Amino acid sequence: MEHTEANDAFLVKSYIEGNENSLSILINRHQHRIYSFIFSKVFDKDVAEDIFQDTFIKVIRTLKRGKYNEEGKFLPWVMRIAHNLVIDHFRKNKRMPKFENSGDFNIFSVLCDSGLNAEKQIIKDQIEADVKELIKELPEDQLEVLVMRIYKDMSFKEISERTGVSINTALGRMRYALINLRKVIEKHNLVLTN
Amino acid sequence: MAKLYSEKKLKQMSPKKETVNFLLNYSKALRISTYKKLQFESFLN
Repeated sequence: MEHTEANDAFLVKSYIEGNENSLSILINRHQHRIYSFIFSKVFDKDVAEDIFQDTFIKVIRTLKRGKYNEEGKFLPWVMRIAHNLVIDHFRKNKRMPKFENSGDFNIFSVLCDSGLNAEKQIIKDQIEADVKELIKELPEDQLEVLVMRIYKDMSFKEISERTGVSINTALGRMRYALINLRKVIEKHNLVLTN
Repeated sequence: MAKLYSEKKLKQMSPKKETVNFLLNYSKALRISTYKKLQFESFLN
């Protein structure tokens, strides 16, 4: 073990002095262990490849800048860099979640129809038709305000101008229209939910 | 099932040759220039 560490230290020193072949030896010597470590965390070959590359880019830049402190711990140092980059990877993914597609790509995992399906659409149409029939039971003045507000999407100011009553009266008629509508629904035990 | 997680399989895992070659070329191309207390990176093609 000490022999290997000494060799690493020698190779690092040699690399810093300009011997590019030393880096090749270091990478070949430790690539399996570092790559396996990264893969064991991310379980994705492409991601592992990227992190392995980023790890050694960092190693190369640090060594060339002369900022590496040789303590005979080259491999633990590289593993620490890889570990930090794995953490960065998961942090980044947490902020920007991706769609996972292991194996066959399924377009419906990224696309969905937000509209109602045929069955729900039929139920919705039935409920709306029932409500239209129910509101006919309301007194004329309340019915008029409710239709203008709900079906014609008019404001209470517009309703008051059209019907010639105050806004407060229009609001009151709307309130009583809803109260009476609920009473009719309860009286007939109707279920008007989708 | 145990064979899937065997030590042997993990040891065989290694990065692509292209990745290693990229790193070696990156290293060869990278030059660090120092001016006073500043360091500059440059790439030689």
